[in-house]
Amino acid sequence: MSELTREETEALIQEVLEVYPDKARRDRAKHLAVNDQSVEQSKKCITSNRKSLPGVMTVRGCAYAGSKGVVWGPIKDMVHVSHGPIGCGQYSRAGRRNYYVGTTGVDTFGTMNFTSDFQEKDIVFGGDKKLARLIGEIEMLFPLHRGISVQSECPIGLIGDDIEAVSKKAAKEIGKPIVPVRCEGFRGVSQSLGHHIANDSIRDWVLDRRDGQAFAATPYDVSIIGDYNIGGDAWASRILLEEMGLRVVSQWAGDGTLAEIEMTPKVKLNLLHCYRSMNYISRHMEEKYGIPWLEYNFFGPTKIAESLRAIAAHFDDHIREGAERVIARYQPTMEAVIAHYKPRLQGKTVMLYVGGLRPRHVIGAYEDLGMQVIGTGYEFAHNDDYDRTIKEMGNATLLYDDATGFELEEFIKRMKPDLVGSGIKEKYVFQKMGIPLRQMHSWDYSGPYHGYDGFAIFARDMDMAISNPCWSKQTPPWKKQPESGASTAPREAGELKKVA
Amino acid sequence: MANIMVRKTAVGTYSFYLPKRDFEDAIVAMEFDSSDKWGGEIRLNNGGTYYIEPQALPARFPISLRARRLDAAE
Ligand code: SF4
Repeated sequence: MSELTREETEALIQEVLEVYPDKARRDRAKHLAVNDQSVEQSKKCITSNRKSLPGVMTVRGCAYAGSKGVVWGPIKDMVHVSHGPIGCGQYSRAGRRNYYVGTTGVDTFGTMNFTSDFQEKDIVFGGDKKLARLIGEIEMLFPLHRGISVQSECPIGLIGDDIEAVSKKAAKEIGKPIVPVRCEGFRGVSQSLGHHIANDSIRDWVLDRRDGQAFAATPYDVSIIGDYNIGGDAWASRILLEEMGLRVVSQWAGDGTLAEIEMTPKVKLNLLHCYRSMNYISRHMEEKYGIPWLEYNFFGPTKIAESLRAIAAHFDDHIREGAERVIARYQPTMEAVIAHYKPRLQGKTVMLYVGGLRPRHVIGAYEDLGMQVIGTGYEFAHNDDYDRTIKEMGNATLLYDDATGFELEEFIKRMKPDLVGSGIKEKYVFQKMGIPLRQMHSWDYSGPYHGYDGFAIFARDMDMAISNPCWSKQTPPWKKQPESGASTAPREAGELKKVA
Repeated sequence: MANIMVRKTAVGTYSFYLPKRDFEDAIVAMEFDSSDKWGGEIRLNNGGTYYIEPQALPARFPISLRARRLDAAE
């Protein structure tokens, strides 16, 4: 569809808002905006990080999801206990596709679900004893685990269990760290607070464990922070950094280990991919250990080259040359990818609705393919995320914060993008409307999308979704308008099919 | 009183962070900004104002401080 003007986009927002009652309309209006690149400060046009409106469909998660699912979950050699009833952990189990190497159930535990499986009596009498017993069981059954995190689900906070005391005592007994995380789902407005709480618990319980210990440092030590290795993303990023001469000491949290996290305070520079979920710990390390951090973006060759140069600027000529060498080495491959896919995708439009980072980070990758992002929005971003987004998005494009199911459907129906990038909850709604959708949380079971290798896969996947012949076959033959001059024969055939 | 963090950005300006509310914003004006006296009333990009007890210029940024809220924009 052709671009909308500012007035048209504004009118669209007003129209969509019309169905709400007065109060809800006023509230939701603050979360929808037409992008204006001249605005320096997102607050003037969009409100974010507020409680979702009761009664609308939001796709946000809870603080437990942010802590257990995102930040802690991928740390592979620790056991993460979903403390409370069984559902929270079981229904979210292994859903995030954080790849890792290791033998699951022996020395790595990523895709397993550990839970204290609360029953009524645990709610009534408290679950501390159960937690202590469970820690003993873990130690006996999985002796190679390196530590345990206790991820509180809602009831823990409600019944007032003292998981800190249990953790401290048990940690002494087994001689491994046990981290109590107060990430009960009812805290905060979305999973975002869960990220913060998880970061704080890493700060308080893990990060300083190797302070003062010897470490064979090099001047080129960095850590990758906020890359969850979805479909192998962190691996595709890591090889680029290593190729330019840096030493990646740790990877958070995708394919990460406890030891890597403990060693992070020794690095020279923290490289931060997902700002929303891990800026807290980066700030802390900057203050306490004087380690600067840098946001980077490894989606699409344009942004990768920019980021590699920005990273190299923190180091000496050796690394700077390394960055140029890496960029030059992959250039022909990238040109070939673009030459192949750009003609097929040129001018296609995309609407995004993802978590807290990708709604702005992937824009460059789409643009590298000649595509245009006409609407974007976050589930749980904060004002500073929108500050960064405004510059990335074209003028008069649509921004939606914590979009409701209804709003997203209406916007997409009206703007008719060629592709939607969102999650599993949206996927089949839009595909049934005849609009291709790629899941941008899980890479639709594909990936990696980060790095140069990832871009080739990204381009192929987007082409695969858009060019799939099924989209032109949505109208069954018997419902097709008969073409002028067509005989009655095909229509009869159609009717026959309908009966069968 | 609130715990805040003041950072220096890559371009040398100050940025303000309020961990309790996960709120980040640029500092657009600071009453005192010299090596012997630093702090005082600070104004944020969103219009909110805070007060930091004037002190010597911190040796290192970022730094966590206590600040008093004079007028929050929200
Ligand atoms: S909101 Fe509470 S009960 Fe629901 S998934 Fe989160 S922790 Fe579990």
